Amino acid sequence: MNIDYTKELALVEGNPRLADIDEIITRPLTQPPTRKYYIALSISSTALLIGAYSLWLTLYYGIGMWGNNIPVGWAFDITNFVFWIGIGHAGTLISAILFLLRQRWRTGIARFAEGMTIFAVMTAGIFPVIHTGRPWLAGYLIPYPNQHLLWPNFVSPLLWDVFAVSTYFTVSLMFWYMGLIPDFAILRDQTVNKIKKTIYSFFSLGWRHSNRHWRHYEKTYMIMAGLATPLVLSVHTIVSFDFAVSLIPGWHTTIFPPYFVAGAIYSGFAMVMTVLILVRKVFDMENIITLNHLERMAKVMLLTGSLVAYSYLMEFFIAWYSQIPAEQYDFWARVVGPYRWAWYFMISCNALIPQLIWFKKIRRSVTVLFIISICANIGMWFERFVIIVQSLSRDYLPSSWHMFTPTLVDFGVLTGSFGLFFTLVLLFAKTMPVISIVETKSVLEGAQPTVHGGSDHE
Amino acid sequence: MSENKNLNSVAALFDTPNKIINAAKKVKEAGYTKFDVNTPYPVHGMDKAMGLGQSKIGYVTLFFGFAGAIFIFLFMGWTMAINYPYIVGGKPLFPFQAFIPITFEVTVLCGSIATVVGMLAVFFNLPFLNHPIHDSNYIKEVSIDKFGVVIEAQDPIFERDKVTEFLKSLGGEKIEYINEPEKEEFKILQPKFILFLVVVAALTSFGTFITLNKLMYVVPFNWMDNQRKSNPQSETNFFYDGYAMRTPVVGTVAKEFMPYPYQGQAQPEVPLANPTLPTEQLLKMGQEKFLTFCSPCHGNYAQGVSRLKGQFPPGPTLHSAKIIGYSDGMIYNIITNGQNAMPSYAYQIPREQRWAIIDYIRVLQRAQNPNPSDFQAIKELNKESGKNAVN
Ligand code: HEC
Repeated sequence: MNIDYTKELALVEGNPRLADIDEIITRPLTQPPTRKYYIALSISSTALLIGAYSLWLTLYYGIGMWGNNIPVGWAFDITNFVFWIGIGHAGTLISAILFLLRQRWRTGIARFAEGMTIFAVMTAGIFPVIHTGRPWLAGYLIPYPNQHLLWPNFVSPLLWDVFAVSTYFTVSLMFWYMGLIPDFAILRDQTVNKIKKTIYSFFSLGWRHSNRHWRHYEKTYMIMAGLATPLVLSVHTIVSFDFAVSLIPGWHTTIFPPYFVAGAIYSGFAMVMTVLILVRKVFDMENIITLNHLERMAKVMLLTGSLVAYSYLMEFFIAWYSQIPAEQYDFWARVVGPYRWAWYFMISCNALIPQLIWFKKIRRSVTVLFIISICANIGMWFERFVIIVQSLSRDYLPSSWHMFTPTLVDFGVLTGSFGLFFTLVLLFAKTMPVISIVETKSVLEGAQPTVHGGSDHE
Repeated sequence: MSENKNLNSVAALFDTPNKIINAAKKVKEAGYTKFDVNTPYPVHGMDKAMGLGQSKIGYVTLFFGFAGAIFIFLFMGWTMAINYPYIVGGKPLFPFQAFIPITFEVTVLCGSIATVVGMLAVFFNLPFLNHPIHDSNYIKEVSIDKFGVVIEAQDPIFERDKVTEFLKSLGGEKIEYINEPEKEEFKILQPKFILFLVVVAALTSFGTFITLNKLMYVVPFNWMDNQRKSNPQSETNFFYDGYAMRTPVVGTVAKEFMPYPYQGQAQPEVPLANPTLPTEQLLKMGQEKFLTFCSPCHGNYAQGVSRLKGQFPPGPTLHSAKIIGYSDGMIYNIITNGQNAMPSYAYQIPREQRWAIIDYIRVLQRAQNPNPSDFQAIKELNKESGKNAVN
């Protein structure tokens, strides 16, 4: 396949009519679920049930059901938290940063990625709360005048995390919902089913496609994109502060914020890629989520994957350059120590395998991209595992060194997090337009006027 | 004005973005002000064609974003430096650098909530489900692939037939007359609604009752009440005698224990010497402790006026010649051991505080029997402070 990259590619293939767009995008909503869908849903909800049961065991008997023990006080819980928060970042990146950069190809994938952001942040949010042991007391994290006359410690990165994650969730949710309002209005106007009509009317708030609204709407969308962009960068920065502000060797480094952000985008794009490849197959959306989309996402993965690889090297260099024995030992132990298998996993999945994307043949092969994206997901989970568990298990005092052994409940909770995420994704794909109808229409060829309303530009 | 009282607006559909831009321009030029353009997606250049200016929504973001930032920054400073001064991690009481992450997050949070909610609720007046345009054919076509103009009957130069002709002349198709919806009335005292309220009230009270009275006492929510440990006064089969509480091993000495040589003796041979200096601070403490521990029986000025109303033998005056003659160590002995009806205060009052009380008793005694030089000193003090009463 030869493509002339000097020309702007058509964003939607086959140049469908406006009315066809509605048909293609809302097809999963109007047709009864297929067998494939039921199979997928049963797998994911089984995983969810496993997670629910493991969580119940954790809450009933306490955190002792996990493998965590001093000095490894953070293990699967925080690994999962950072992993899922990272997944969420791709959605905001696609919907906000690419929007500000006028990357119009984002249209086909933005809504889906935003939805994934929300589900990933929901999944992530569970972990810091349950790792406190008694999650029903988590309300004390909120600064409200309570009967103890105590305020939370605003100087702690863990509290910054509470603010960052909850802000991120709220803003993503609003951004997502705001994009959905006109689409709900379209669904409302087209459905004949009374119950559906009520639901869509409720969520579309009585939207009228009025241009007096559109002009504020577009401005607000831009402002929200402008706010979400620094927000998404700040969230993983603050997550990395949880580690960087402490003193554990392997954690106390200034490279963490950019390194974490790059890793988050990398893993997020990998997850979006994994899910989109499945969705476009299952729901026949190859015309809207095109190979060009996948190729562009692969390029972002190549960039961020290389940034992550650079960070790995830099960490080793700084450890050597710092002349601090504990720091040097910690990094050396990553390569030859008891957790070296995790490190090799991480290096090959995050630093080596994405380098394949340099080849155009690979970039445009859906199967290979799928495999690469799965590798990246696994690799990024192990990256967090290496950072958290390996560093904690080898701190300053050799007498307190201890290995971490996960229990079945640990794996159950991890499985459950995937179950929750994919169940939500599947339900989303079946109940809401996974591609923005309005935005797709507006980027079709001939959708915008050739005459202008008397504007001066262009 | 319109001939049909119920007419809300006249709508026309157009096929292409170019046509709608032209139509919007023409409607504007014809002098209509209450008109709107409905398009399935935002059409570029439409704001200019309709003569709409820049959206002002950005000021909402700006204002609320900054308001949130200033509020949370000052709030964090207030909690950590003023309301509950608290040093963490060796940082100053007002570590403003550490406030930056949260300040940033709250800026974004307030700015974006205000923008979206402000846009939807204030700018657009949504939700607005019974707008006349809903459920018309017009909006159904607009939401798929047509572009439409509506001119409202409220417009000052609205005339139904003229508007119809005008829209037709612009190339508008499927002219539609949109009527005001019939007014729906919802009575408050509908049986259904009342039933709904009753059900909600019942469910809420039941849920609250269950949560507060049952759920809170169920594992794991029961505040760790049931733990695998022995509480005081409880039984255990861990020890051979079945008691959970143990007596200390013989010869155990409590932390900070200081033996008192005259334990249980009424008349120590060589009473202890007072190790304290009667500084102002110490006397203040002595006063406080005297008022707390001694005054109920001996009176606020140690004059032997008990507040116990005969429920306990009143403590004698401490201004007697006998007590004035006692050495400090002798009074210390009385506080520590007790004397006849007066119990020992050794467990309630630490050593320095006992000495501070004794110093304060000496002050009270001196106040009853002042030296002439004391009057001189008080006079001089009063001169400095500008008062003249001797009190
Ligand atoms: C519960 C009431 C009570 C309290 C409180 C109390 N006393 Fe007494 N105190 C008495 C009584 C009654 C006597 C008389 C004992 C006796 O008959 O020898 C007494 C006697 C004394 C005497 C000896 C007086 C004498 O004439 O022999 C001194 C000195 C004294 N108290 C000091 C104190 C000091 C100092 C405190 C505060 C730490 C204190 N008392 C608190 C009830 C009290």
